[in-house]
Amino acid sequence: MSATRTPPRAARRERLVGRLATLGPGLGYLTVFMLVPLALVLGYTLFHRGRFGGIVYEASADNYTRVADGLYLGVIWTSVKIAGITTLLALLLGYPTAYLIAQLPRAWRTVALVLVVLPFWTNFLIRTYAWIILLNSEGIINRALTGLGIIQRPLELLYTQGAVVGGLLYAYLPLMVLPLYSAIERLDPQLREASANLGARPARTFWSVTLPLTLPGALTGCVFVFVPSLGNFVIPELLGGGRTVMVGNLIRDQFLKARDWPFGSTLALIVIALLVLLLMAQAWAARRLTDGTDRA
Amino acid sequence: MRRSNWLYVPAGLTYLFLYLPIAVLVVMSFNAADTPYRLDGFGTAWYGKLFADRAVREGLVNTLIVAAGATALSTVLGTLLAVGLARYTRSKLLDAIAVAPAVLPDIVLAIGLLAFYTAVQFTLGRHSILLAHAVFGTAFVAAVVRTRLAHVDGSLEEASRDLGATPLSTFARITLPSLAPGIIAGALLAFSLSIDEFVIAFFTTGPDNPTLPIVIYSMVRFGVTPEINALATLLLAVSFTFVLIAQRLSRLTESI
Repeated sequence: MSATRTPPRAARRERLVGRLATLGPGLGYLTVFMLVPLALVLGYTLFHRGRFGGIVYEASADNYTRVADGLYLGVIWTSVKIAGITTLLALLLGYPTAYLIAQLPRAWRTVALVLVVLPFWTNFLIRTYAWIILLNSEGIINRALTGLGIIQRPLELLYTQGAVVGGLLYAYLPLMVLPLYSAIERLDPQLREASANLGARPARTFWSVTLPLTLPGALTGCVFVFVPSLGNFVIPELLGGGRTVMVGNLIRDQFLKARDWPFGSTLALIVIALLVLLLMAQAWAARRLTDGTDRA
Repeated sequence: MRRSNWLYVPAGLTYLFLYLPIAVLVVMSFNAADTPYRLDGFGTAWYGKLFADRAVREGLVNTLIVAAGATALSTVLGTLLAVGLARYTRSKLLDAIAVAPAVLPDIVLAIGLLAFYTAVQFTLGRHSILLAHAVFGTAFVAAVVRTRLAHVDGSLEEASRDLGATPLSTFARITLPSLAPGIIAGALLAFSLSIDEFVIAFFTTGPDNPTLPIVIYSMVRFGVTPEINALATLLLAVSFTFVLIAQRLSRLTESI
């Protein structure tokens, strides 16, 4: 071992140099370009906008009382609701899909997985644009339905909350399928066999063996879908047509239109707080789940 | 294992949901008529229009410049960071800082960087987007390289040191080559994330030189034009080829 060959003090110095050389540049960079910007956002929440824009550095909690205003709370609630519905739909579609993929023969499994991820590797704006084409009053869905005589006049599909949910689901569904797949694939088939051998019906086996064991993967998928949905402002704008306002739209407008950076920062801080709560809940749930299965 | 056949219904729905919009986009891009909705004969007129569009061309060049620079920067920073986190510290806090850019909602990082650039009176342009993209790039490279590090045998490095190699030459000759697949994968990830990134670029861009996603955004906002269908089809083709090549490469490295 090197410790026996080199004197301890030289070894210690060597370690310090190694630590500085490897950790220094990256952490320095993240400090300047992430931690300092985040600290600025945090600091701005205490100040307020000057009459002609800019920031007046007089500390107060005004921004926080303003958020408590019904209008803004309503927008935050709408955002949480839309992101929540999107996550739930992603779980309902993603779970059976991941479950099926895990049961396919190995060669087909890769193909099926790649097919789930492929749309994800195309530009996010273009994926959203595709839905404008589909949902428009002259779009393919409306023309198919009128053509079949199911409806008389085109339905208003675009610029609705449903369109926003659909767009978000389309954008982030792969993020649900992947962690679910890896959780289901890792499952020991013997556990299910044992359950069946002990007389459990398939449904019983699913509810008491498969589902609890794959819940951590489902939770990860839910976080992956919920987080980018909550702060999104592009999809509500393009598919919601300005009628569905989410908290991301508010933040964007405070920064780029109203030039009220302190209030925009406060809204961003609330988004972060919600996400931290969510991550804590997820970690807690995942720990409880795995604890339980370890002991069993 | 017994396969449940009814699973094909929701799974089929998933694939239909994923591919119907893409199929419509691609078909409509070959539309001869100038409406994005009604198909009237086939033609490639929209591709001609697209190639003649200067904003799109310049956007593409800007995107590639930003992505190349951000990837170079984040590959160096991320690789070093991964080695440092794995070998020189056990701090949970440093771990958290290193993954934070990957977890943070993009809009939060975007407004933070805009506030920061404004506070230090930094000019905005391609360079400010590049530096911003290197933030999440570093996090992703570090994460990918770390998973590779977990599989690398540390005894080779120990042997190299015991045989009298300096730490630097051990790093260059043993550590780096054994990490190469992870570094390449991380760099590719950082590159493709940067090419696709819109929100942070939108907040940190200057008055000139928008990246391609910003150009697309203003096109879509301005109105629906079949030119976007053509662009979408081309981008789809590029990323599909990219994924196929990556898939082949990974199968190749697995078989070696």
